[in-house]
Amino acid sequence: MSTTIKGYVHSVETLGAVDGPGLRFVLFLQGCPLRCKFCHNPDTWRFEGGEEVTVKEQVKQILRYKNYIKSGGVTISGGEPLRQAEFVLELTRALHEEGIHVAIDTSGIYCEGAALEAAMEADLILLDIKSFDREKAKALTGFTTDHAWQLLEERQAANKPVWIRHVLVPKITIIDKKTDGSSFENEEEWKSQNAELVDGMRRLNTYSCIERVDLLPFHKMGEFKYEELHFPYELKETQEPDEQALAFAEKTLLEIRNPDQA
Amino acid sequence: MFVPGKWSEDICVRDFINKNYTPYDGDESFLAGPTQATTDLWNQILELRKKEKENGGVLDIDEHTISTITSHAPGYIDKDKEKIVGLQTDAPLKRAIMPFGGIRMVRSSLEAYAREMDPEVERVFQYRKTHNDGVFDAYTPEMQRARHCGILTGLPDAYGRGRIIGDYRRIPLYGTAFLIAQKRKAKDQILPDVMDVETIQHREEISEQVKSLYELTKMAQSYGFDISRAARNFTEAVQWLYFGYLGVVKEQNGAAMSLGRVSTFLDIYAEEELKNGTMTESEIQEVVDHFIMKLRIVRFLRTPAYDELFSGDPTWITESIGGIGLDGRHMVTKMSYRFLHTLENIGSAPEPNMTILWSPNLPENFKKYCAKISINTSSIQYESDELMREKFGDDYAIACCVSAMRVGKQMQFFGARANLAKCLLYAINGGRDEKTGDQVGPVRNPITSEYLDYDEVMARFDETCAWLSKLYINTLNVIHYMHDKYCYERLEMALHDEKIDRTMACGLSGLSVIADSLSAIKYAKVKPIRNEMGLAVDFEITGDYPQYGNDNPKVDRIAAEVVRKFMKQLSKHKCYRNARPTQSILTITSNVVYGKKTGSTPDGRKAGEPFAPGANPMHGRDRSGAIASMRSVANLQYDYSEDGISYTFSILPATLGKDEEEQKVNLYNLLDGYFNDGGHHINVNVILRKTLLDAMDHPEKYPQLTIRVSGYAVNFTTLTHEQQLEVVRRTVHSKF
Repeated sequence: MSTTIKGYVHSVETLGAVDGPGLRFVLFLQGCPLRCKFCHNPDTWRFEGGEEVTVKEQVKQILRYKNYIKSGGVTISGGEPLRQAEFVLELTRALHEEGIHVAIDTSGIYCEGAALEAAMEADLILLDIKSFDREKAKALTGFTTDHAWQLLEERQAANKPVWIRHVLVPKITIIDKKTDGSSFENEEEWKSQNAELVDGMRRLNTYSCIERVDLLPFHKMGEFKYEELHFPYELKETQEPDEQALAFAEKTLLEIRNPDQA
Repeated sequence: MFVPGKWSEDICVRDFINKNYTPYDGDESFLAGPTQATTDLWNQILELRKKEKENGGVLDIDEHTISTITSHAPGYIDKDKEKIVGLQTDAPLKRAIMPFGGIRMVRSSLEAYAREMDPEVERVFQYRKTHNDGVFDAYTPEMQRARHCGILTGLPDAYGRGRIIGDYRRIPLYGTAFLIAQKRKAKDQILPDVMDVETIQHREEISEQVKSLYELTKMAQSYGFDISRAARNFTEAVQWLYFGYLGVVKEQNGAAMSLGRVSTFLDIYAEEELKNGTMTESEIQEVVDHFIMKLRIVRFLRTPAYDELFSGDPTWITESIGGIGLDGRHMVTKMSYRFLHTLENIGSAPEPNMTILWSPNLPENFKKYCAKISINTSSIQYESDELMREKFGDDYAIACCVSAMRVGKQMQFFGARANLAKCLLYAINGGRDEKTGDQVGPVRNPITSEYLDYDEVMARFDETCAWLSKLYINTLNVIHYMHDKYCYERLEMALHDEKIDRTMACGLSGLSVIADSLSAIKYAKVKPIRNEMGLAVDFEITGDYPQYGNDNPKVDRIAAEVVRKFMKQLSKHKCYRNARPTQSILTITSNVVYGKKTGSTPDGRKAGEPFAPGANPMHGRDRSGAIASMRSVANLQYDYSEDGISYTFSILPATLGKDEEEQKVNLYNLLDGYFNDGGHHINVNVILRKTLLDAMDHPEKYPQLTIRVSGYAVNFTTLTHEQQLEVVRRTVHSKF
């Protein structure tokens, strides 16, 4: 095993409880080719920089937290972690040797060679589907979602689990208010305006490898970082989604995924 | 009815518990909700508490009666509805005066609430000296200076020292008649050849203890109960036990008046009722709810200056719950659940200060229930039974926030804390105070180099710590001699064995400031900015340095070393009554006041800014997530800080997991991890920052909003504005 491969780390979060099952050590790797308008970590975009670590060093640091992450594991996130595919692959293997569960949080943008190998080595993929509309995704992130669906197919073929994450951005991935700006009052009306989202949920449901779908409401807590970095923040005018619409989205998702419980 | 044993002949509550308790592995589904009487009573209390708040924090004062065990006629909230009775005075929330700790404190408290000293009371204290008078008669000028500039702070020299836990379980188990007989027997046995100081003191103390038990019996009688005999059922057991506690808080206004470890003891009586079909679960819970309600309305009269140090009107009625017995059985019973369940039945509350003695070996169901209660109420704290059982056995309890002691066998002399951040500045400034310029420490040449040199600073710091530790212990010796003399805790000590282990419980504050300062000096370049008097009043830092709270051994080692060294220094000095020195890393809410009294420090903290509470990393400097922060804290050695290491942790509910089930499991895994790593104490707050901000603007909407601060919990709306801000500013772990 080549433990001298170097990775470039943006930061770590030693208490991760929402990026995969259980308590997790979350490693944020530096660099991302996507430019998601809603990204709350634009400081991870640059390909340059980050703290240089070897696989060996990284494993050593993670093992310090073994007492805590027994119930969970490690999530490799970013940036786009699979941009550093070889590092991620070796790190995942090394963590597996230690009996640690590994999740990779990816947009699926790199889906071949070492990146695909790493994605298939992981116990769990947290896959971001940026939009259920191919072209909208391109406008929103700079890339279509073809690669994401491709990765999903690969995981499905190998029968390996995936959790989907989908950010609900008003007027882009969710229609959260009526044209007059008021909240939707009934579910059917909301659904009729959100065919794309509802169909997307149905499409996801055809993949048996998907264990879970998290709808993440857009928030603006990262806005200050754009100012610090002097990047334009294009969603300045966008508000956090309407609570009622969120409730309808969650309910619809539940109806599609667990018709018995709904 | 109970399995007999050693406890049947001699006082040995532990043996009674061990032979008779029933561990409970099930979940919370057996619990009963509040009865109508419970809800009615609680609503009356809420109404009174509202008035208390409107009235500036004090509802009423009986300024005419010097409070003793028997001084007040029986008082009730709503007599017909109360299953457990007894108040400190003749009315709920009416505060009593307890002047034996210091008449000055009573005077200034009354003044603060626009009351007059009763001339009769004033007259008594023309002839009767108090603890406070005694201390100041004996203090040296150096002690006074150290106290004045705040290098020693919070000293119990003007108020009751507290932190002594009476073994209140002895009253229901034996009745006062038996306890009195045992005390008399013990006194008769103290007949040495030489009547030396210790012997005379001991004989006099036992006589006082016996008197207090008689008075307690009389007080209970006034409520219509005969506690001279043992309790015969569950309700009596709770009532008897509460009378013991009540007697103590009628007489002693101690900083922390903890309850002990009573729940599993009481469960034995409740199990008996259930077995015999003489009480239902709902009836048992009702008694527990009423008991807890009584504890929630214990009040002391205190000065605004005191409140600034220990904010939120705390009483530290700490109750220790859970833990593992020496025989390997866990000590969780249904009563452990019932006590916690009061937080659901009558809402969240800071008192009693419920403390879970955590072990990874506690039953899964109980761990989950604790986590649930933490998530919903932020009212409980956790301490490592693994660490404490090794030192204190399986019948210890927590006094105040984090101080373990064997119940009825051990007591401590509470010593507040030394400000080590200031001590570092004295080391740099040749013993002069950075704020006043006064020479407080021994005269030394100040450090004059352009940049601070680590080895030079460390050598000076060690030297200054040696001076400070000696002065500190000597000061505490004066305080505790006088407290024993003028304000002896006769009832609490009547509920102890005759042979007592004593510790001198010192403390240090500013640990994270020191660790980061020394790290900055070592790994970055620190240039002191000196004023015209040559005092370093500010520091310029060039470069980065490892900061405490990121699980970085470079700095965490420095922190651990500071703790170890200071403990070694303290151990060198002789303590009053041969007490064994210990120390805690705990600030309560006084980290704000300590910060105010301390100049700028080499870590970049500016003059007047608060310290971090307890052993917490400085605000915003723990940037690797909460677990890294916990590991830095857990790296401190309990062996060198046996009186406790306090860590306060706040997290947003959504950061802990997506739904309640996930949050519960993640929280208890987090606790398992922390305690497996050797952590000693943790406060858990699961709370939204916006809730706190809203509560600052609209306190009336949050009458029961409780949060954990260093070692205790407070009602958030009773904190001073400054402290509220400090709590809000404190790192709330949320990565997004």
